[in-house]
Amino acid sequence: MKVAVKKYLSLFLSMLQLSAFTFGGGYVIVTLMRSKFVNKLHWLTEDEMLDYTAIAQAAPGAVAVNASILVGNRLGGAAGVFVAVLGTVLPPFAILSVLSYGYAVVQNNQVVQWVLQGMQAGVAAVVADVTVSLVLPYLRDKKYRSLFVILLTFILVAFFEVNIVFVLLGAFVIALLLTAIRNKKDGRA
Amino acid sequence: MVYLELFLIFAQVGLFGFGGGYACIPLIQSKVVDQYHWLSMGEFGDLISISQMTPGPIVINTATFVGTRIGGPWGAVVATLGSVLPSIIIVSVIAYFYKKYKHTSFVNDTMVIIHPVVAGLIGSAAFSLLMLSVFGSSSILSLDFPDFIAMSLSAVGFIVLRKFKLSPITVMLLTGAAGLALYYVFSII
Repeated sequence: MKVAVKKYLSLFLSMLQLSAFTFGGGYVIVTLMRSKFVNKLHWLTEDEMLDYTAIAQAAPGAVAVNASILVGNRLGGAAGVFVAVLGTVLPPFAILSVLSYGYAVVQNNQVVQWVLQGMQAGVAAVVADVTVSLVLPYLRDKKYRSLFVILLTFILVAFFEVNIVFVLLGAFVIALLLTAIRNKKDGRA
Repeated sequence: MVYLELFLIFAQVGLFGFGGGYACIPLIQSKVVDQYHWLSMGEFGDLISISQMTPGPIVINTATFVGTRIGGPWGAVVATLGSVLPSIIIVSVIAYFYKKYKHTSFVNDTMVIIHPVVAGLIGSAAFSLLMLSVFGSSSILSLDFPDFIAMSLSAVGFIVLRKFKLSPITVMLLTGAAGLALYYVFSII
């Protein structure tokens, strides 16, 4: 009982902390969750986190909320979902509640602007670091087909600005077909 | 009944907001500005710029901001709840099926094909965050003069993350503080 309470509290506080530092969109919280839940706490495997990233991005709604639902569900069922979503929603909820009464103070504040520009540079470094960590194993194992898929996805989204949802849904369909074809072949052999 | 209206409108935004973040700004605008006149276009623009400066998903930020304006603290609670409820239901259902079939070779093989796509997506997020931080725009078509302070902060942050395995949040706090110091110094010389 006590262990369970401690786990939920830890999940709540982790999400609270990560959400408070999620500047720059859904991928940032996904990379922060990876470093917390995969590398530090070892609650999730790398593969699970990649699965969750794909699902969170393809499902409707905010990526941060979707990812916290998946992690909460995995770690503690419905109660886990509740705790994780609450932790994710509270920081922006608290900040915007205050700012809705007057935001001019923050909006044109030079100090805030400078700190944010510095943090934005840091966020870019964080996501770049995760990218390298994800790509390295494919390079090491010389998985050229996977490397080609990585490059293709990157070019489609970064240069041709193809909608991420289409990319993911397309990838799901192709992956399902490939797996089905492979299973059929194996069945005959 | 303003609470019910807030709840239903933000539930719609949560339900149809695919792709996260900026992809759902037009949808939010059409509901909140054009249809219900809860915010003027100027206020909505301010809200988007505040959302870029504060952590958390744009959907949650908007729900809290508009909810507070229209219905006080309870309006904020109701609107925010509405914006996450569709995600909670849909993603919980996906999580249920994911857990049930995760260990079948079919789902497993399919997800293995998806993983490089996710790596490519995170890579493209890193790219656009870097462009945004260094050139002030995530589009390669409209580039400003490069911001050398941001560029060096990203580079140092990246090296520190890879070499010393500092936590991402520590790095963001450090680059935020360094950003404040450096931008201040360069603004007075």
